[in-house]
Amino acid sequence: MTDVLMPRLSDTMTEGILLQWLKHEGDAVQRGDVLAEIETDKATMELEAYDDGVLTRIIAAEGSSVPIGQPIAVIGDDEAGEHGGQASDTPITLTPSVSGAAPTATAEARAAQAPSTATPHGQATAQASAQPGPLRTSPLARALAREHGLDIAGIVGTGPGGRVVRADVDAAIAARSLTTPGPMTVAASPAPPYDARTQEDRQIPLTSIRRITAQRLTDSAAAPHFYLTAVVDAEPLLALRTQLNDQLPEPASKISVTDLLVRACAVALQAHPQVNSSWAGDHLIQHARINIGVAVALDAGLIVPVVRDADRKRISAIAVEAHALAQRARAGTLTPDEFTGGTFTISNLGMFGVDHFTAIINPPEAAILAVGAARQEPVVRDGRLAAGTTMKVTLSIDHRVLDGATAAAFLQDLVGMLERPLRILV
Amino acid sequence: MTVTSYRQALHDALRAELLRDESVLLLGEEIGVFEGSYKITAGLLTEFGPNRVRDTPICEEGFVGAAIGAAMLGMRPVVEIMTINFSLLAIDQIVNHAAKMHAMFGGQVSVPLVIRTPGGGGQQLAATHSQNLEVWYAHVPGMKVVAPATPSDAKALLTAAIRDDDPVLFLENLALYNTKGDVPDGEQVGQIGTAAIVKAGSDLTVISYSRCTVIAMEVANQLQHDGVSVEVVDLRSLRPLDRETICASVRKTSRAVVLEDDWLTYGVGAEIAATIQEGAFDYLDAPVRRVAAAEIPLPYAKPLELAALPAAADLSKVIGEILDATRFNR
Repeated sequence: MTDVLMPRLSDTMTEGILLQWLKHEGDAVQRGDVLAEIETDKATMELEAYDDGVLTRIIAAEGSSVPIGQPIAVIGDDEAGEHGGQASDTPITLTPSVSGAAPTATAEARAAQAPSTATPHGQATAQASAQPGPLRTSPLARALAREHGLDIAGIVGTGPGGRVVRADVDAAIAARSLTTPGPMTVAASPAPPYDARTQEDRQIPLTSIRRITAQRLTDSAAAPHFYLTAVVDAEPLLALRTQLNDQLPEPASKISVTDLLVRACAVALQAHPQVNSSWAGDHLIQHARINIGVAVALDAGLIVPVVRDADRKRISAIAVEAHALAQRARAGTLTPDEFTGGTFTISNLGMFGVDHFTAIINPPEAAILAVGAARQEPVVRDGRLAAGTTMKVTLSIDHRVLDGATAAAFLQDLVGMLERPLRILV
Repeated sequence: MTVTSYRQALHDALRAELLRDESVLLLGEEIGVFEGSYKITAGLLTEFGPNRVRDTPICEEGFVGAAIGAAMLGMRPVVEIMTINFSLLAIDQIVNHAAKMHAMFGGQVSVPLVIRTPGGGGQQLAATHSQNLEVWYAHVPGMKVVAPATPSDAKALLTAAIRDDDPVLFLENLALYNTKGDVPDGEQVGQIGTAAIVKAGSDLTVISYSRCTVIAMEVANQLQHDGVSVEVVDLRSLRPLDRETICASVRKTSRAVVLEDDWLTYGVGAEIAATIQEGAFDYLDAPVRRVAAAEIPLPYAKPLELAALPAAADLSKVIGEILDATRFNR
């Protein structure tokens, strides 16, 4: 008999949501059969069986969130194997007095029983902690969380079966008060704070992508950012794109401005390897490979599929790859290796008409490029005012990794390449 | 203030009421010439004579019925039933007559009757003489059920019971008769229906009554040394039940255990647990736990009897489980 454990499906994954069981209890399974679909922090993955046997028991219910390494099902040799699994997994917490005195049992047989101490159902023993299932909370913990405006679902329970108890809420309150000194003054005021919540409001549960995005970007706030903005004369770039697309034999892989940017950044990073670096706490990592992430907005949150070795790929290959990655990102079918390992990120909001913005660094990378829309603007050319097309690009830099001059040299080179874009192609 | 035994405190209350009120009379098996099976009535026949202290035939239904009649006609009879187990012979008189008269006669009569009777096990009196049937009577509207744990409460509550116009089942306990404690001198009239916080604490509430309050105090004092502040609520009265004191305590401590001498199922603990979840639900950090007797007819053999009755170790274990479940730092 083998426990099927929640696998680690990505670097940042700490728990997975059991989306759907594709096998049912009692089904025969063979090594390689898909047992279930699991939503990680980034993608939906299929979980395959590692053993032949019978799926004797499903532990994690559909929709439940399970930490990696915790059992989610049991695969047994046969039907008989099931019983041992169930018996060992269900802690016997009731003394005989509660389980009910069998009318046929004699007094002598049970006379030596200890005094009755009833343990309520649901009061699992400590070793059963972090079992999947409904959120377990003590009434006091709920009341306290409510009182302090905390979402109890976000608090890790350490009581029996993972129950959130007062100590857990107290810890969450203490942790919050360390970061926000505000509530003390609010509490001192007798007037209740204005509460914007109404009956009509909807509570939207966090998707795991939303949750991880929030966590990563909050981490990023710890990095001291600085920003460099440059205006690019976009006419040569747009002209090159039109020319390329007109002459492409396969219209399916039309080249976008973003694709050209991916390649341009990769080439510029080749010349400025300091920018292709990461902050690693007590040292820096200068990456040998140049992997460019492209931020893709989804309803569920943000995901950054990565074009690997973009400095060694032709622009047409980058276009095909980036297009496929974006499509899979929207379908939620990216595999972990497709959205990890980036060394530099591009976020392009030009298609939304955004003129200029600053992006938040995707940690642990050192920099991110925010790209605005290409628009017609008055420009001064050879001392005369003319109509031109410009595009603003803004580099956000982690100052722990890079200084202003280094980043400026990179940006200058990048801008030069975008304005004389044939270099992108060679 | 005098250090007095529980037995003596009961005796003093009876004697004081016999002296104070001529309508008070005592009835029961062997309470006169033999001075009572537990000597509570020692000397009272000699002092007050056979009209006030009356030996009865061995017929619980008969003398309880006679006492109910006397009470309806203005007397204040105090009946001693040798153990609560024998009250079963009079249960129709108690439940269907004493408890019902006032309501069924539209308030025209009252039944100011006291039934004194010891309950509980631990004396090797075997299954039929060791029961805790007080909860049967506490279930019945029209009855009052009082269960003092200390000599002081024994005196004050027996006095109150005698002066009360409703039938009162006054629960004593063989294991308590020789316990001693401070008892205020002079007349003390307790208030039926109020629980006492016999030890204040902040971490966990133990709710108990009668003999088990003594055990609860022992455990609470032990745990005090381990840095656990246990509050002990002595119910003193099972009906009326002082729900407010129970809930106020649990609202303070957020953890609760009921320690009871009766069987677990349908016991006093079930009522207390329900009371707490109704009155202090949002304050609970762990489920209310119950520690009660094993659900078996109590064995005669001493080791088995001891094993079946709730003891300090059982209470300590459950308290430890609750503290662990709520991550209490000891």
